[in-house]
Amino acid sequence: MTITENKPTSIIGTRLLRREDPPLLTGEAKFTNDLNIPGSLHLSVLRSPYAHAKIKSIDVSAALKIVGVVAVYTGKDLQTSWAAPMPCAWAVTTDMKNPAHYPLAIDKVCYVGDGVAAVLATNETASRDALDAIDVQYEPLNAMVDLEDALGDKTVIHSDLGTNKSYTWPLLVEETPGCVEDAFKKAKYKIKERYVQQRLIPMAMEPRAIVAVPQPFGGDITLYTSTQIPHVLKVMAALTLGIPEQQLRVIAPSVGGAFGSKLDVYAEDLLCLALARKHNAPVRWVEERSENSQATIQGRGQIQHVELAADENGKITAVRVQIIADMGAYMQLITPGIPILGAFLYAGVYDIPKAYDFSCIGVFTNLTPTDAYRGAGRPEATYAIEMGIEALAREMKIDSFELRKRNYIKKEQFPYTAFSGLTYDSGDHILAAEKAAKLTDLDGVRAQQKKQNVPGATKLLGVGMSSYFEMCGLAPSRVLASLNYTAGGWESATVRVLATNKVQVISGTSPHGQGHETSWAMIAAEKLGVAPEDVDVLHSDTSIASLGMDTYGSRSLAVGGVAIALACDKVIEKARLIAAHQLECAADDLQFENGTFSVKGSPDRALPLAAIAFGAFTAHNLPDGLEPNLEAQVSYDPPNFSWPFGTHMCVVEVDTETGAVEILKYIAVDDCGTQINPLIVEGQVHGGVVQGIAQALFEEAVYDSDGNLKTSTLAEYLVPAACDVPAITTAHTVTPSPTNQLGVKGIGEAGTIGAAPTVITAIIDALSSLGVTTMAMPASPQTVWKTINEATRGGKK
Amino acid sequence: MKVSITVNGKEHHSDVEPRTLLVHYIRETLELTGTNVGCDTSSCGACTIHLNGEAVKSCTMLAVQADGDSVTTIEGLAKDGVMHPMQTAFMENHGLQCGYCTPGMVMAAIGLLNENPKPTEEQVRMGLEGNLCRCTGYHNIVKSVLAAASSK
Repeated sequence: MTITENKPTSIIGTRLLRREDPPLLTGEAKFTNDLNIPGSLHLSVLRSPYAHAKIKSIDVSAALKIVGVVAVYTGKDLQTSWAAPMPCAWAVTTDMKNPAHYPLAIDKVCYVGDGVAAVLATNETASRDALDAIDVQYEPLNAMVDLEDALGDKTVIHSDLGTNKSYTWPLLVEETPGCVEDAFKKAKYKIKERYVQQRLIPMAMEPRAIVAVPQPFGGDITLYTSTQIPHVLKVMAALTLGIPEQQLRVIAPSVGGAFGSKLDVYAEDLLCLALARKHNAPVRWVEERSENSQATIQGRGQIQHVELAADENGKITAVRVQIIADMGAYMQLITPGIPILGAFLYAGVYDIPKAYDFSCIGVFTNLTPTDAYRGAGRPEATYAIEMGIEALAREMKIDSFELRKRNYIKKEQFPYTAFSGLTYDSGDHILAAEKAAKLTDLDGVRAQQKKQNVPGATKLLGVGMSSYFEMCGLAPSRVLASLNYTAGGWESATVRVLATNKVQVISGTSPHGQGHETSWAMIAAEKLGVAPEDVDVLHSDTSIASLGMDTYGSRSLAVGGVAIALACDKVIEKARLIAAHQLECAADDLQFENGTFSVKGSPDRALPLAAIAFGAFTAHNLPDGLEPNLEAQVSYDPPNFSWPFGTHMCVVEVDTETGAVEILKYIAVDDCGTQINPLIVEGQVHGGVVQGIAQALFEEAVYDSDGNLKTSTLAEYLVPAACDVPAITTAHTVTPSPTNQLGVKGIGEAGTIGAAPTVITAIIDALSSLGVTTMAMPASPQTVWKTINEATRGGKK
Repeated sequence: MKVSITVNGKEHHSDVEPRTLLVHYIRETLELTGTNVGCDTSSCGACTIHLNGEAVKSCTMLAVQADGDSVTTIEGLAKDGVMHPMQTAFMENHGLQCGYCTPGMVMAAIGLLNENPKPTEEQVRMGLEGNLCRCTGYHNIVKSVLAAASSK
């Protein structure tokens, strides 16, 4: 590590307040919907009320008569506008079936919310009124809502594919052929469990919004859009529309949360671009909340079959996993790859031999497409292995924490090459788990539990836990290639020291609440010896930050932040040549500390970076052959994923008469390596944990048997409020990553990964004396009450 | 319909369509875009403003209903370039991430302290029930409000 960790003036590790906050707190910040571009036409999209139907006819004549309506387009009208169908960048297998998917449906609709027609009007009211005036005749078809029904091809959704099964992705890792089967035969203990990951709606507080603005001359077009991937979107939109890439500029203004849901190329982005070009006028679209629930991707949606084999000591000897993953009606950008991201984490944090049999079947249904939602495949995997560990502990009649301790990868085993072939960089699971146990007062809670959970008691105490690894820092490009992912995993940074010793950092990451501007300024300030306020951070505009792979998968710091540090190193090396020239010494004789070069052993022979920056700007006295200006660009491809880890615990009280669950205490011990800004790290954990709690207790996209979403508004879809969730105790261990110079790992998804199994295992623990061994998510009062009744009735039999 | 509404201390005379929601009047007619819209069911609270000093969701009423009233939006809180103590408390306690719910949350929090200047943690959590945040898990929002209360 080149950063000196304990330097008294270190900026890294301080709780610097966020520079992003004042504009957001005063209403000055501009979200896409706040942009008022004169002359804009408003786009509204007519959406299918059927989950599966043929389009018999569309009559737009009445809509066209409404004052203010400029044009109405159907899928057929726009068929020639697309150079290619909507992109899916992750064909996980070479024979993956992927139906053609266009921004508007052409002859049939495949989910409620599928776009059927587009209205352009001079104002929003007219464009929305026109939707009601379009007459569409549908021939309803049988809808595939249940995942297992769909897998059985009861009705084939995309008839040209001949099946609803898109792909089967296997991963069999065996030390010797047949060793998985052998391990299960020889196992002293085995468990076989089925878990359901309910569909979730990401519900970023800002619904999506888009404005496409054609430039008056030359055919260029600027797309303002609420996205987390301006760079990827630019490439994909250019290819889909057949626009030369250099003519397209994508800007993500302030983005009001995303959680994976804005990691996509959406029909509306493409419609706004195509129609703005067609009409040579700005086109804007603003999503309503109930539209967001159906037209923006959903998350999770898996059925998991998990089997563990263990020896007489509870040491796990083999893992077998079969996933059925709900793709929804079509593939969005990385839909098929989401469950595959979890494939490497079904061994959790445990030392498991090369005996792993995994397969995932991707299945189409007549529901909104799924794609990345916070954690993306990894919370699902962690849930399965952690629930599996609990089941195994029940089978063995031992404490599940003790069972975990027997299986944790030990500190001295790092770097640890897992059966998947991936190398876990560093970790100390026992340290994190014991810290969590201490903060929970585990012994005290267990003692209280014995007193409280007596026969006849109606308020039962339970403790739950989960230990996790997060595979993040996406990703080494060659690994992505081996997974058939279309793009690389690098990140770009440019660092420029201006004439007045002010610094510009240009990053290819694209924040939407994570505080990148503050953290990136801290990294550059630390490296260059300037004040953080002298560092300007530019991002999220493809004409300013022309290279980038954007923000998702907890990658921004572990890849993008490291790229900034490397670009600073390059700037320092160039500055060193200028300093050596001007101080008339060898470059190797110079040391750089606190923003000043000095000759080793002669501190009075020194030159501050400010003088060198000005000298590089005037270029009056540079070494022969050296270019003017202090600037460096780096594209950094990480050598490995990074592996944050931790243990979460919580204490719940379950009311057996009402089924209500109250979380009394929630402890999160996370290790994300070096923390750049602990204030921001804690905030990421708090938010992540609450999204995990929300999956455990509150949230589910509920569909009726016809494929209608019954939870499309925030009145029905239960995003928790402040009174629904507890205060969260955060604590950390710090195990720097050895694979990057900052020692950082990433923290964006850790909370979400840890929380759902922690809460569910606590509920099951509370109810264990009643014979409860399972709990569906969300564990609503009704579900808990029903589960208790089924278990106790079963007990009486 | 003609309305006269005082917004952030300035009187505005406007002609509005009767069906115009107050939030749309604020955002579109007055171009004060700090007040956000996050839902269509009055569930999220992103559009919370003060009407005659009381926190209300500006999507739950029509602009014409505010005729003669005094409205404060998030833009009206800072005085002479100095943020309101609640805004400062949110900044100091990292009570915001993406910032979309923040204007409404700050307005609701000020309204809460106006009614109950020294709330307990539980009272803060209950008092903010009508405002949803997807980023912070509320931990630091609650901390911000308690900090603002204790600095009063």
